[in-house]
Amino acid sequence: MTTSPDTRVLEAGVMMKAEGLAKSFVLHNQGGVRLDVFSGLDLEVGRGECLILAGPSGAGKSSLLRSLYANYKPQAGSVLVRHDNTVVDLCSAEPYEILEVRRRTLGYVSQFLRVIPRVPTIDLVVEPLTVRGVDPAEARERAGTLLARLRIPEALWGLPPATFSGGEQQRVNIAMTFVQDYPILLLDEPTASLDLENRRTVTDLIDEARRRGAAIVGIFHDAEVRAAVGTRSYDLTERKAA
Amino acid sequence: MSARDPLLQVRGLTHRYGRQVGCRDVSFDLHPGEVLGIVGESGSGKTTLLKCVSGQMQPSEGEVAYRTRDIGTVDVYGMTEARRRMLMRTDWGIVYQNARDGLRMKVSAGANVGERLMAIGERNYGHIRNEAVDWLERVEMDIGRIDDLPGTFSGGMQQRLQIARNLVTKPRLVFMDEPTSGLDVSVQARLLDLIRGLVGSLGIACVVVTHDLGVVRLLSHRLMVMKGGRVVEQGLTDQVLDDPQHPYTQLLVSSILPV
Repeated sequence: MTTSPDTRVLEAGVMMKAEGLAKSFVLHNQGGVRLDVFSGLDLEVGRGECLILAGPSGAGKSSLLRSLYANYKPQAGSVLVRHDNTVVDLCSAEPYEILEVRRRTLGYVSQFLRVIPRVPTIDLVVEPLTVRGVDPAEARERAGTLLARLRIPEALWGLPPATFSGGEQQRVNIAMTFVQDYPILLLDEPTASLDLENRRTVTDLIDEARRRGAAIVGIFHDAEVRAAVGTRSYDLTERKAA
Repeated sequence: MSARDPLLQVRGLTHRYGRQVGCRDVSFDLHPGEVLGIVGESGSGKTTLLKCVSGQMQPSEGEVAYRTRDIGTVDVYGMTEARRRMLMRTDWGIVYQNARDGLRMKVSAGANVGERLMAIGERNYGHIRNEAVDWLERVEMDIGRIDDLPGTFSGGMQQRLQIARNLVTKPRLVFMDEPTSGLDVSVQARLLDLIRGLVGSLGIACVVVTHDLGVVRLLSHRLMVMKGGRVVEQGLTDQVLDDPQHPYTQLLVSSILPV
């Protein structure tokens, strides 16, 4: 193994901690323009907490969330994650270690569904479970229960979601993550294109996850959802890089 | 030694064709079950690298070390050619871009699959036939065509047959050179999903060379971007594609035509 186990520790109850995190983009093919998104950012989230990222559009909320998922590569700092009995720094971990953390510890719901073409919806929701060794029949049952709760009609389960409506796609996206009980959840506007009824269902799912002890970091444009799920707020406006 | 130790270790690999450089100073580790994608334009050195790494062409400089099931880590180019061939037949698989390079066109589909089993010592005809049928089913081929020659198959079916032929010996490492290019887009998606499912469920490590970023996003865990024989950027696949750092990778990613 090329990386040594991370010697840093997280205080009891803390699930994820970012320290001195900085993100900027250099657009080499557009005259080398440099965009500083944030720097020197510290943040932590504990078990049973739902941290709301606040700030106007363009404040860097999504960039932060993607950095916490190691989908973006921060220019400086660390993102420590409690993974089983170890602490992994996503900013210095090897790709296979990051994928292992994503498989079992760190879930992420993006704004857009991006899946393998032509794979039926039910299989997309079942897969995260079978990959972890859950019995296929049980996985299918759990996936079905969740899809039904999210009001995806059973007639659609056998179809790939490419032709679904925006709201249906978003609910499939949510199902793919919420089908397993992730210890940490990152949510990027999971309720953005949902009607009232479905928004309430998703709000319930988020709140249930938090009550079972998940640590959640989320972006929600809807004030009602924020009020219903959030336990603490983190404003990015002041952390914007100078 | 733990299961997480690298399966393949490549160090300082350089290959020259006369004064032309094919690839230059490439190093990486591949872990069990890990899928590494290598992208770059034509002439970037990705196929040269694949050939050197997969035991098909001795590099001018550098080392390729492979961790075997039984005798520890071996230097792929330090062993006898007979031993290397044995390794390639048993523990490794190679899926070529052109199915004709990977199949024997004068024997039936079933024989193409069975042959690999015979090469590792299987002699029971009934067993070989059953395994061949099982694998042709797993790659979703029509069993009724088991006795047909590969030349009578479509491009997509030939690729499926190549995959069955390679996986029948349960390799730990498979190399793929543009496995889906030259196929219709509709065939590509199904083949990719098939490869992804098989590789994932069997825990096979893979090195996939392609110029298609869609293929690597779907298949690979880790990505290496090559230009002019060098690796200019590498890392977690979605990170490299969504937040590319190197000017060349940025150009590559921003050049994808929207559908």
